[in-house]
Amino acid sequence: MKYVTEYRDAALVKGVIEEIRRTVTRTWTIMEICGGQTHAIVRHGIDQLLPKEIELVHGPGCPVCVTPLELIDKALAIAARPEVIFCSYGDMLRVPGSARDLFSIKAQGGDVRVVYSPLDAVNLAQANPDKQVVFFAIGFETTAPPNVMSVLQAQRLGLKNYSILVSHVCVPPAIQAILSSPANRVQGFLLAGHVCAVMGYWEYPSLSEKFRVPMAVTGFEPLDIVQGILTTVRLLEDGRVEVANAYPRAVTLEGNRPAQAAISKVFMACDRKWRGIGTIPMSGWCLRPAFDEFNAEKRFEVESITADESPLCIAGQILQGLKKPHDCTAFGKECTTEHPLGATMVSSEGACAAYYRYGRVEMNQSMQS
Amino acid sequence: MSEETVNMEGAVCAPPLSHTDQIVMGHGAGGRMGHQLIQKAFLPAFQNPALSAGDDAARVNPGSNGQLSISTDAHVVWPLFFPGGDIGRLAVCGTVNDVAMLGARPLYLTAGFILEEGLPMETLQRVVVSMQSAAMEAGVQIVAGDTKVVQKGKADGLYITTAGVGLVRSGLTIGGAQAREGDVIILSGSIGDHGIAVLAARGELGFQSSLKSDVAPLNHLVARMLDTSRNIHVLRDPTRGGLATTLNEIAVQSNLGIVLNEEAIPVHPEVNAACEMLGFDPLYIANEGKLVAVVAREDAGRILEAMHGTRYGEEAVIVGEVTSETRGRVLLKTAIGSTRVVDMLAGEMLPRIC
Amino acid sequence: MCLGVPGKIVEINDVNGLKMAKVDFGGIFREACLDYVPEAKVGEYCVIHVGFAISLLSEKEALETLDLLKQISNIEEELGPDRTAA
Repeated sequence: MKYVTEYRDAALVKGVIEEIRRTVTRTWTIMEICGGQTHAIVRHGIDQLLPKEIELVHGPGCPVCVTPLELIDKALAIAARPEVIFCSYGDMLRVPGSARDLFSIKAQGGDVRVVYSPLDAVNLAQANPDKQVVFFAIGFETTAPPNVMSVLQAQRLGLKNYSILVSHVCVPPAIQAILSSPANRVQGFLLAGHVCAVMGYWEYPSLSEKFRVPMAVTGFEPLDIVQGILTTVRLLEDGRVEVANAYPRAVTLEGNRPAQAAISKVFMACDRKWRGIGTIPMSGWCLRPAFDEFNAEKRFEVESITADESPLCIAGQILQGLKKPHDCTAFGKECTTEHPLGATMVSSEGACAAYYRYGRVEMNQSMQS
Repeated sequence: MSEETVNMEGAVCAPPLSHTDQIVMGHGAGGRMGHQLIQKAFLPAFQNPALSAGDDAARVNPGSNGQLSISTDAHVVWPLFFPGGDIGRLAVCGTVNDVAMLGARPLYLTAGFILEEGLPMETLQRVVVSMQSAAMEAGVQIVAGDTKVVQKGKADGLYITTAGVGLVRSGLTIGGAQAREGDVIILSGSIGDHGIAVLAARGELGFQSSLKSDVAPLNHLVARMLDTSRNIHVLRDPTRGGLATTLNEIAVQSNLGIVLNEEAIPVHPEVNAACEMLGFDPLYIANEGKLVAVVAREDAGRILEAMHGTRYGEEAVIVGEVTSETRGRVLLKTAIGSTRVVDMLAGEMLPRIC
Repeated sequence: MCLGVPGKIVEINDVNGLKMAKVDFGGIFREACLDYVPEAKVGEYCVIHVGFAISLLSEKEALETLDLLKQISNIEEELGPDRTAA
């Protein structure tokens, strides 16, 4: 596959890792803030091949993991209604609410459907005028343009039975929160390549300078990831506080203007609660009042239910990069991919799920013996 | 107003329709309609003396005093017809293969049908013809069956349950617990074809592909392999859950470790493309015409050669080996030289956005 | 938030007021919306995320990146793995 296979070339990947080894003179802690990158790193075992001086920590880059519990419960309540066709991206189905998940709602007769694209949900609304179609609009900035287009398209088509339940989160406030934490050890950042494809990377130099942390826009194939790490390491070794673009084939400084325009038209910034972390001010997007008719939270009266997360679950600390999955006493025992306790194990991009599936359980066991 | 006198003599109720074009509840009631269905839809296709005898069970003579291999399966695939196959072919091949994986020669199958009210007879006919075609290819007979009809909405058109019986080749003990340290793992061909072909056919995710299901009976391939070597320790067909789940089962049953070589595993480019798009891993996708064999290292070359000359084994390749380290786990050596663990499939495989 | 896959545009149509493309992902085809990358033409590659093109892939940048990385890897070959960093 063009633009994929070349970036998996084993010889090139090894060559770049060797260059990292040659460049590094001391330890560095680097965070990647995209669930897709976590997945790629663990799947290809890239962290195994890096010199031990480089520690990779995983940030809260999984929109599924950080969707607040209260919102999941609202989604479940809406999906259970007989007049609703509830559409969602696949990985949300497994995320546990206080007591149940979308799978359980489906099992009890709720019409829950996996869609690949939000436009599929709009098509469903058009085809089922006597039903209410609700789309679970989660994601970071990458997924916002598709999600807002579904609203604009529904508006254009004059649909009265389409609405979205929004849980959008933004990367820069998250980075700000992580770097502001007194416990922070992150010295360099790999920025999420596709978030930057949409938003550009002009938002990051001020963050980089404020906290003196170099950053590299990074892609998703093994070669992209090691290139991002090399770029960051070089900046760190040279003491340069900059934002570099290690994914230039897909990302430009200004990003995708039409996409940004659509986002501003439909969404506005708001405070957002991040599961396991807490509320980060102005870190989310919600629908502007002009689009209230497409706002599922306004269309359906659903009561919030607050519930406690499992006391064993340290997803919050993992999401902030303060702990690793195998630091958790429940990892691999009470908490596995079959019976997850928290969001980072449920979502296929969550750090815990990635570690569990790609087998870091042994590390846990050997450390405990 | 008519001037005719109304004649009530001889008036009888209108005879019921014979419903030859679709299944109705009456077909499952056990009466004449059911009998006619069997006569018209099943017997002409599954022709054999045991079935034609029309008793409650089949009397067969397998012709040996050896061990039996027995397996059963239910088939609920949707859509009923997909590129490369259909539910009927799937049903026959699935059970033929399960029986064969013990190193047995499959002989007889049973087939139970749960039919949905309203199923066009023509659809049933197509499925039955496909089953017979698969049965003939495999050299097995469908000797017993059952039919029930359920109300509209209670079955996706039709469900089929099959059971199969075969004779285990004497002197062989082939099974998941029989792998030995040093054995190599042979895979008969590319993985993921069936799962992706069916997913494309379902249409819910909106992608098109020219992939065909690999559904096929593998018993002749197995027989050829067994003719070549007595040191085949495990045979398994990686259906739902994919190659990864199957190898995990073997690793646990044998209490040994398995190491796979990522670069050796054959994956059709279209399967890769679909997996990239959806965020799937080919290792977990269902196959219906492939087998995995764990064999003694010294025989691997000969076995491969025999497979290459046999239908459905042409692309067989060695993909890994059995070790005594990391017992119960399956590891994968990636193309870039790292090693990671390959787990079983946990739950449903879902497309991801991250 | 990032499962974006490169796909080649093989056809462009207007569907319900949206600019839609038939995209080839390497033998698998799916439609994707081009409204956010309106300048994309048939034969070009985009990063596709949940049925939307979010970025036009630059062949020039792609080749430059690969060249750069090949150079880095070649240094390794010339010097050999025993060479310590200067």
